[in-house]
Amino acid sequence: MRDFDLVRKNLFRKPLRTILLTVSIFMAFLIFGLLTSLNVALDRASETGAASNRLIVSNKINFTQPLPIAYVNRIAATKGVTGVTHSSWFGAFYQDQRNSRFVGFAVDPETYLNLYANDVRLTDAERKAFVTERTGVIVGKALADQYGWKVGQTIPISSNIYVQANGRRSWDMKISGIFTGAKPADSTTALYFHYDYLNETATFGRDQIGNVAVRTASSDLNNSVAKAIDNVFANSPYETSTVDEKTFGQAFLKQAGDLNLIVTMVVAAAFAAILMIVSTTLVSAMRERIREIGVMKTLGFSSPRVLRLVLGEALLLSTMGAVLGLVVSALVLSVLSKSPAASTFGDLSMSPLVALSGLLLAITLGLVTGAIPAASALRMSIVDALNRR
Amino acid sequence: MSALIQLNNVTKHYRRGKEVIAIFEGLTLAIEKGDFVAIMGPSGSGKTTLLNLLGGTDRCDGGEIIFDGERIDGYSEGQLAAWRARSIGFIFQFYNLMPVLTAAQNVELPLMLTKLPARKRRENVETALKIVELSDRAKHKPKELSGGQQQRVAIARAIVSDPKMLLCDEPTGDLDRNTANDILGTLQLLNREMGKTIIMVTHDPEAARFANRTLHLDKGAFAEVTA
Repeated sequence: MRDFDLVRKNLFRKPLRTILLTVSIFMAFLIFGLLTSLNVALDRASETGAASNRLIVSNKINFTQPLPIAYVNRIAATKGVTGVTHSSWFGAFYQDQRNSRFVGFAVDPETYLNLYANDVRLTDAERKAFVTERTGVIVGKALADQYGWKVGQTIPISSNIYVQANGRRSWDMKISGIFTGAKPADSTTALYFHYDYLNETATFGRDQIGNVAVRTASSDLNNSVAKAIDNVFANSPYETSTVDEKTFGQAFLKQAGDLNLIVTMVVAAAFAAILMIVSTTLVSAMRERIREIGVMKTLGFSSPRVLRLVLGEALLLSTMGAVLGLVVSALVLSVLSKSPAASTFGDLSMSPLVALSGLLLAITLGLVTGAIPAASALRMSIVDALNRR
Repeated sequence: MSALIQLNNVTKHYRRGKEVIAIFEGLTLAIEKGDFVAIMGPSGSGKTTLLNLLGGTDRCDGGEIIFDGERIDGYSEGQLAAWRARSIGFIFQFYNLMPVLTAAQNVELPLMLTKLPARKRRENVETALKIVELSDRAKHKPKELSGGQQQRVAIARAIVSDPKMLLCDEPTGDLDRNTANDILGTLQLLNREMGKTIIMVTHDPEAARFANRTLHLDKGAFAEVTA
């Protein structure tokens, strides 16, 4: 018999109590695993494809508000700008609005592919076809695979924002190409089509765009270029806000609020509750065993060894709950990441850093919850312990 | 014979609120190696306190305690724990077995404090259980055993690491007469056949008869009753 066997047997002396405690800890770590991974995925998604020398110009009121297309040329003329393009959120879905929404932008093909050449990878033939075909659309590989789309196929893409003059909510688009990302892990769940096609057929929003992407000569110029652009449009009906691409991505993905804060607060609340429940239960469990602790000390178990055994129980309990919670949350995340609705979040899988943080949190939880019973076991005198009835 | 354990001029006081209660004022005692001594006395006479001092689970306020030629009253808590593990076997009135462990595992507990390999530990446990005639109950948990069987497991636990001295606190206080006699017979066997020095606190004159001599403790002082 090893010390671990003793720890395990003592922990499971009341199986129901241990199972209930494990389930409580499991729930806390499930919440931790899911929310933290979601938060990390959002951060990662906002950074994916973000170039250090790209800026995004959007309406100062909110990035959902439009800008006039005439701004594009004026922005292009700003000192330090080496390229511009624009894009407009389409609110795209395919057939079923509830279950098949994805990222779709109306863009200026030539300038867009020029600015995002590294992020949207096409063959030369696909690129040429997309630029020349007015109803052409390029779709990400993951999206194409999901719906079984092929190059040359015409697909009806609907919008939850725009309506055509003829009353239709969908636009027929011919697939010019299927693009991949710079890295295999990059999200390819978006589609891009001609802004002109939208601008000529939509009932509203004529000559308006969502935002302008700007490439600067160097990332060192980002601040000065951003200020210069915003100064040009200051006091106009459409004032602008220019930020680097990563900041814009984070703002876009965190429209729901400060997710970092929300996640931290929810996880903290869950752990505070668990801390109270587990500590109280372990303290009361230890009270039931004071006499046994006294006997162990009488037999020659040193106080530090008894302390380690008691702390070991708390650590084993928290680690069991944590591992279960993290494994289940990783499984849930892997299922969720296959859902098209989750494509906005990019890669939802649990990162090793989140798993490691979870395990460190489990060890901390074990040490904190075991501290009081372990300290009382350490201090307990044999005579007092054996006199307990 | 030479003394295995000696108490020289030992004093022990307890504090109850502001009141200081003297248990021993200059108690002196010597127990020879291989002796089997019963200690009797009325409640509150200091029997259990004496056993605690002899077993190093409590400390004296003055005087000296010498075990096998070495003073132990100045040992640190860690030194005392190690000394208890290698030198003393404890047998309690209420057995004090770990309910989550089997009989064999309970017996193995003191061996967890040694560096013996697992195979040797198993052998020692089997031998100890054989001595108390409980080999067939090795895998039973305490609640599956009778009181007498539990006490025999406790005896096996006390002897498994081959200590020089066994301290027994009312070892038959919770048993019927026949079972008590069995247990006392086992203790007598351990004393006679294996040379264990046994100090047994008891209220029971019948139990005391199994010892080589009986000391009567009253108001912190000894009077030898029988030899």
